Amino acid sequence: MSSKPVSHKSAEQPAALGGAKSDKSAAQPAALGGAKSDKSTEQPAALGGAKSDKSAAQPAAPGGSNKRRERPWIMRTYAGHSTATKSNELYRTNLQKGQTGLSVAFDLPTQTGYDPDHLLSRGEVGKVGVPVSHIGDMRALFSGLPLDQMNTSMTINATAPWLLALYIAVAEEQGVDKKLLQGTTQNDLVKEYLSRGTYIFPPAASLKLTADIIAYTVNEVPKWNPTNVCSYHLQEAGATPVQELAYALSTGIAVLDAVKNGGQIPASELPKVVGRISFFVNAGIRFVEEMCKMRAFTQLWDRITKERYGVEDETLRRFRYGVQVNSLGLTEPQPENNILRIVLEMLGVTLSKDARARALQLPAWNEALGLPRPWDQQWSLRAQQILAFESDLLEYEDLFEGSRVIEAQVQKMVDAAYREIQDIETRGGVIEAVESGYLKQRLVESNAARIRAIETAQQIVVGVNKFTETAECPLTKDLDNAIMTVDPKVEQAAITALKQWRAGRDDAAVKAALAKLRVAVEKGDNIMPPSIEAAKVGVTTGEWAAALRDVIGEYRAPTGVSGARLDQAGAATGGKDSVETLRTRIAGLTKELGRRPKMLVGKPGLDGHSNGAEQIALKARDVGFEVVYEGIRVTPEQIVASAIEEGVHVIGISILSGSHLSLVPQIVEQLRAKGLSHVPVVVGGIIPEADARVLEAKGVARVYTPKDFALNTIMSDLVELVAKASRPHAAH
Amino acid sequence: MPRTESELAQAVAAADKVAVAAALNLIEDRRNETRPRVDALLRALRGQRLEGFGHRVGLTGPPGVGKSTLTAALAREYRSRGLSVGVLAVDPSSLRSGGALLGDRARMAFDPQDEGLFVRSLATAGDTGGLAYAANAGVEVLATAYDRVLVETTGVGQTETDVEHVVDTVCLVIQPGSGDVLQFIKAGIMEIPDVIVVNKGDHGRLAQRAASDLQSALDRLRVAGLGGDQEQWQLPVLVTSARDRQGIDVLADTLQAHLASRTASGRSARRRHGAVAWTTSLFVRRYGEHALDTLGGRDAVLALAGQLIEQGATPIGAAAGLGDRYFAVVRAS
Repeated sequence: MSSKPVSHKSAEQPAALGGAKSDKSAAQPAALGGAKSDKSTEQPAALGGAKSDKSAAQPAAPGGSNKRRERPWIMRTYAGHSTATKSNELYRTNLQKGQTGLSVAFDLPTQTGYDPDHLLSRGEVGKVGVPVSHIGDMRALFSGLPLDQMNTSMTINATAPWLLALYIAVAEEQGVDKKLLQGTTQNDLVKEYLSRGTYIFPPAASLKLTADIIAYTVNEVPKWNPTNVCSYHLQEAGATPVQELAYALSTGIAVLDAVKNGGQIPASELPKVVGRISFFVNAGIRFVEEMCKMRAFTQLWDRITKERYGVEDETLRRFRYGVQVNSLGLTEPQPENNILRIVLEMLGVTLSKDARARALQLPAWNEALGLPRPWDQQWSLRAQQILAFESDLLEYEDLFEGSRVIEAQVQKMVDAAYREIQDIETRGGVIEAVESGYLKQRLVESNAARIRAIETAQQIVVGVNKFTETAECPLTKDLDNAIMTVDPKVEQAAITALKQWRAGRDDAAVKAALAKLRVAVEKGDNIMPPSIEAAKVGVTTGEWAAALRDVIGEYRAPTGVSGARLDQAGAATGGKDSVETLRTRIAGLTKELGRRPKMLVGKPGLDGHSNGAEQIALKARDVGFEVVYEGIRVTPEQIVASAIEEGVHVIGISILSGSHLSLVPQIVEQLRAKGLSHVPVVVGGIIPEADARVLEAKGVARVYTPKDFALNTIMSDLVELVAKASRPHAAH
Repeated sequence: MPRTESELAQAVAAADKVAVAAALNLIEDRRNETRPRVDALLRALRGQRLEGFGHRVGLTGPPGVGKSTLTAALAREYRSRGLSVGVLAVDPSSLRSGGALLGDRARMAFDPQDEGLFVRSLATAGDTGGLAYAANAGVEVLATAYDRVLVETTGVGQTETDVEHVVDTVCLVIQPGSGDVLQFIKAGIMEIPDVIVVNKGDHGRLAQRAASDLQSALDRLRVAGLGGDQEQWQLPVLVTSARDRQGIDVLADTLQAHLASRTASGRSARRRHGAVAWTTSLFVRRYGEHALDTLGGRDAVLALAGQLIEQGATPIGAAAGLGDRYFAVVRAS
């Protein structure tokens, strides 16, 4: 890696094939590193952790003030990596330092229902979180951690019933009554289709599984938060605040409707269910607007739950939410500025007492460069602690009550969001709007507009498109050591361990449990009881998911790119060439090639963060390429097969999960084996510079990272690569 | 890599994917100097194929009705019956930038090791008519390699029905609640398709009602003497749910029945008719309305095209032949 930190000129986050920054709760390598937690950080119930926050006021404020202080929000760190044992060590350390809640990051195979030895798991095992393949792993993950005393939040969606089943089974082994279990399963599939990409099943079937967890936990595990409706990932996918409000609340409506109409819960218990729904929200740099958004959320949810579901008890109508502040806006150039952005973003969700987050996670300053280290995460935690414990924020009632300016802005957002919610309703609800591609298309358009604004410097990003002059940053002087890496041997070890596990179990019991599971799925029974039974006899994550895949079928969600409107700002100048110049160059190249240059955009591996790939595909079309976009979760073999069948001139690969060193060389080698070595391959993603050199040495033509925000410059490169590649060869 | 067009055609007939792709790359090549090679390839392919071999099915309909998912489901159904499948997915190009997003692959989960399934996206490349310049020749390439060819294209209405010229069976895909399709048919704007599919059958009663409404309206048209050659073929209306894989087997059976309802000579006649129509539209696209008038109008050009096709020309070759005549006339005058 070059000793020079980062380029002066460039850039913001999103661009590159790998584009937009992954959200923390998913692809972003879950934090090694439990940030140190100060013991004074009181950590009550976890996110959404029920309970009113009418909290226990704390003792007198420091600095001589007599005011009582509000109890602060929960501060946590999203963590998990490599193996269950390693992650368990991490959790124990964090708890010893005073952290009372856990936030488990699972790796992508676990999130998408594959065992480590599955083809699609290659390069992904233990990367962005901990692999949990069976009850043995879950046991190891919580070894020595009494589950009746834990508050465990799990970022898990398509396989949420399974991971919860494993958790319950381990609790029983520990002799813990499941009625005492506290925690959260994220369990929101709508945002998976729209942004995060770890869905498996079609929308209606997914909603049924979500409803199953709710119906089961509401009585059996009554302290559990069965679903955490996410607007977080919508913002990462480009949503405007109004879209974030409308789409998340429409998702909440779909979930509650599914429960209400599912027949598993008597109508009288519906208010109790409403009270268990919590949200997971994003906060960006426009922190005044973000604060207003939170107030709007609170108002709208109160209205919806009252009007639509007739919930009379006000406390059950409260909008309970946790926050991870924005990763999308973190920059690779001058990365030290990110800590300042993070602090301002935190203000948006803490300043207003009436709309304050109950739990807060902050990203690390160096996320755009690679995996953060424990120290990086600690710095973010300290920011929270200083705000909560040093400043006087928590001594006051709501600061904005009665503010004409704030109330007007909130009202504007409430009205716009309500109209959008009604519009989605007329389109048949959120599920229909996902299936038709409507929602995804709107997000892709919003994101394109955002990127264009940055490219043309209409939206200022300090250090990126303005004020780019900088002294050398001492923090990134030794860039190779300014990020974390996961041992590549982890994957093979996981495969070996899994084989031993399979060899050591009662096969007949496993078969019987899987058969029972299938029957339950076929009949539409609640999935939880047979899943818990399967967990106990040693069924694996891949086996559980395969049984469901077999009965329900798999889903490929709309990409949202083919219907998105063409860039009308054709003359936009960002980067080297304007769109018009690029179109002219491509027209010339088309004459030379005999047909229009054609590009394949692919996302190998399990990472579902497709925003970057989508924006590249869209821009390539706008400048005149024919673009084949394959969508997420494809194997190197599929990419190579598509490249052959489609007769493409260039291949763009996007990877954000950190599996680039494993997957990209496979693609290059297979292309060579098929006689397509003349087709240039470019790669985008969160790729440390040393890795970029490795990839180039293996035959990759160009590597793009978040600093390459000028899409037109990337397009200009592509045109040049195609022209160069075609010249030594006669027409094909 | 095969050197000559005839070697390439042999490799295509053996369903070698690299060769099939190379053949498609060649026929998409629009440079003048490439045209003789394209023509040679198409002639060589013809030599590799039995007359009337294979079944070419067009799936067309408005955007958003689930054509891609249905195409994928039908391809899967054919594969499960042991038939190999070539898919040509046509997407519109932007008139402004010339660029196109070919999104269909994203909706198809497929096995890269499967030698019996080949999917190629084609952009319309600014051509009107809803079908790409290379679609006709592309179908010939795929039909040489695979048992079944599926052509997926967007559109309802007169300017977008060119798909009928390149396939044996036109399957119109609509979704519940789209009454306009019937209006198009009644108004004679749209050619009568061979099969109508109401997709999204998962919408339940709505889909069933749409199908039965459509069926009874078609019956009335039939009584009124409108609507194609019902002598041999009663236009069926099917309900499918590509998403839930419902009704796909019945669709495959129905498509087969439509093919069987045609005699071999009838089938050949339709293909010839399609080739003539395609030749004419290639000619008009390339040389314009003035050329059409110069050669004596549409009917005269159709007749000329017919002669060239009868003599064994390919549409691309025949269109070039018409072009030569046009220039000869222009020079002479």
